[in-house]
Amino acid sequence: MVVPIAYYLVLSAILFSIGVGAFLIKRNIITVFMSIELMLNAVNLTFVAFAYQWHRVQGQIFVFFVMVVAAAEAAVGLAIIIAIFRSRSTLNVDQVNLMKL
Amino acid sequence: MNATPSLHLWLIPLLPFIGFLLNGLLGRRLPNALVTTIALLFTAAPLALVTSIALRFGTLTTPYLERLPFPWITTSTFRADFAFLLDPLTLVMLLIVTGVGFLIHIYSVGYMAHEEGYWRYFAYLNLFMFFMLTLVLAENFLLMFVGWEGVGLASYLLIGFYYQRDSAVEAGKKAFILNRIGDFGFLLAMFLMVAHFGSLSYDTVFAAITHHPDLQGGFLTAIALLLVLGATGKSAQIPLYVWLPDAMEGPTPVSALIHAATMVTAGVYMITRSHVLFDRSPFALGVVAIIGAATALFAATVGMVQTDIKRVLAYSTISQLGYMFLACGAAAYSAAIFHLVTHAFFKALLFLAAGSVIHALSGQQDMRAMGGLRKTIPITFWTMSAGVFAISGLPPFSGFFSKDAILYQAFLSPTAGPLLWFVGLVTAGLTAFYMFRLWYLTFFGASRTPDAHPHESSWSMLVPLILLAVLALAGGWIGIPQALGGGDQFAHFLEPVINPTPSYEQVRITLDEQGVRRAAEISNPEPARRVGIESQERVFSVMSVVMALIGWFFADLLYRRKPGMADQLVEHLRGGYALLVNKYWIDQVYNALIVTPLLVFSRYLLWGAVDRGVINGGAGLAAGGVRGLGALVQRVQSGNIRSYAGWLAIGAGALLLITYFGFSMHL
Repeated sequence: MVVPIAYYLVLSAILFSIGVGAFLIKRNIITVFMSIELMLNAVNLTFVAFAYQWHRVQGQIFVFFVMVVAAAEAAVGLAIIIAIFRSRSTLNVDQVNLMKL
Repeated sequence: MNATPSLHLWLIPLLPFIGFLLNGLLGRRLPNALVTTIALLFTAAPLALVTSIALRFGTLTTPYLERLPFPWITTSTFRADFAFLLDPLTLVMLLIVTGVGFLIHIYSVGYMAHEEGYWRYFAYLNLFMFFMLTLVLAENFLLMFVGWEGVGLASYLLIGFYYQRDSAVEAGKKAFILNRIGDFGFLLAMFLMVAHFGSLSYDTVFAAITHHPDLQGGFLTAIALLLVLGATGKSAQIPLYVWLPDAMEGPTPVSALIHAATMVTAGVYMITRSHVLFDRSPFALGVVAIIGAATALFAATVGMVQTDIKRVLAYSTISQLGYMFLACGAAAYSAAIFHLVTHAFFKALLFLAAGSVIHALSGQQDMRAMGGLRKTIPITFWTMSAGVFAISGLPPFSGFFSKDAILYQAFLSPTAGPLLWFVGLVTAGLTAFYMFRLWYLTFFGASRTPDAHPHESSWSMLVPLILLAVLALAGGWIGIPQALGGGDQFAHFLEPVINPTPSYEQVRITLDEQGVRRAAEISNPEPARRVGIESQERVFSVMSVVMALIGWFFADLLYRRKPGMADQLVEHLRGGYALLVNKYWIDQVYNALIVTPLLVFSRYLLWGAVDRGVINGGAGLAAGGVRGLGALVQRVQSGNIRSYAGWLAIGAGALLLITYFGFSMHL
């Protein structure tokens, strides 16, 4: 049985919307960070679904790129979060409104 | 266009302008001696040029026209050039302006020697010469207007020369504003000329009129009346004369040059220059004559009671200008120019002599504080006497001949001639009275300020006085009428300019329709020089001399033989005296009728409502709107990351929707 592409796309849209919503609502930086990951993965899902649908390999390759960037971002982002927490003793994103530490 | 080698007329006005630039830009740093040299040099040079032209004038073909090689204004339908015209009328004016101007420059060297702003004074004076020479040399109305405006500017600057004095500043403003009213008329007249003739060149406009004998009245009257408005402003005639008495705030040589000899006669010159136009409008000529006669009489009566020596002369100038207007109105243009010439001599002389008196008394201008100066400043006394005799019209002084010519021509004028003549005659008597009053008060009797130590002026002031006194005596001999054994050379000299225009004869021949013909016959004064009966003319001469002698007699009676009588007379005629001393309350009437309403209108409507309400309010509204919008939009930039993210998401969503629906709509 073949799952229609619409299913994938709807799931991806739901995941992306959850990511956006969480990004806007949540105050904890780590949660915000996680919601970004969620959005990235929703996009990944779309890529894979289309690659499968049209039998093209480019979509798969893009997913790898996205995963590499996400990993790098996670590394840098977590380092920044730790630095912020050390200097501010808070992870509330509303209180992080200055560029300097 | 003619074989005459170029006369370089353009140099005549340009030279004083160079003097103005040198003194105006560098004068502050130059020593007074150098300023004097520059000013005199650049006034003497045009005088020399004009004299050389005058000496070979007989060999020149006139009118001589000189056009600078580049045009001034060119459009598809209109063209104005820097064009200069030389004909007998221009030559007369040039000689007056450069000659009297140069003498007054010399006089100023002595008179202004100890003044602040010596260089400024001479810079302005040279500037005036530049504009005045442009005015008389111009070959089109536009260039004449440049000079016309320019002399107004120079006059303003010189009236307000003592700018620390409020009254001088006010007088300058008054002169300028009243002149502007007149200039407005001049401008409108020029617009009408452009509309009807497509040109402002004298040649084109006057040729257009002479070639159409049926042109009569109508828009020509409109143009002529607007030109008259301009002339009344510049030449201080009713109703715009009020600036001239106040203009006496300026230095005395300025009063002599600008406000007596040259600038104020520009109106007379202008009317004479455009006489072709006026000859076709009997109504405008009538207006000119009435204005002239009324002004002459009116100013003379006011002059009788003034106590400031310069103000007496100022009212006398207005009155004499009235005579010139009267002559113009009687279409006796050569008589007007003749009086302009003699007046330039004797009035400049009178002002300069008055300046010498004021100088001798260290600034005293009130005649009641003078007296007995005959012995202490004899040269000033004798020269001034020449001026007094000349203006009173006693033979053989110059004023006698010119005034006589005007009075006789006025009598021959077809519209109310005898009445105009009578007004002129009465004015002649009044003139003699107030001039001899000035003479007696200043020079005779005992000194009324014993602590003053009058001293004769320096030679640089006395030499121009003596020269002008000679001219005031002999200047009239160029135009002795045939009735008195002369040849009337002056009128013959001007004949080519003031030629009897063919209008009247042609109108009669051309228009055969009964009605129009009758109208032309009734309304058109004979513009040709009228030739009267010689014996009649002699009788008139005797009458005007008798009138002058009567004026002298009364002045002698009141101010020399019975000094108390003048005061008694004032007691008896309290009302009339108050009327005259307050100058018929004309200043007050103008203030109440025109100045105050204008001020109220400006302050409350223009400033209060329009300026502050509409313009300020409008600008405020625009600024406030932008500020409010800014305050609103400012909130978007909150510094809160999540709100930015929210805007981002909303924007992305909006883009998505727009692309989706936009495309769907196109498809």
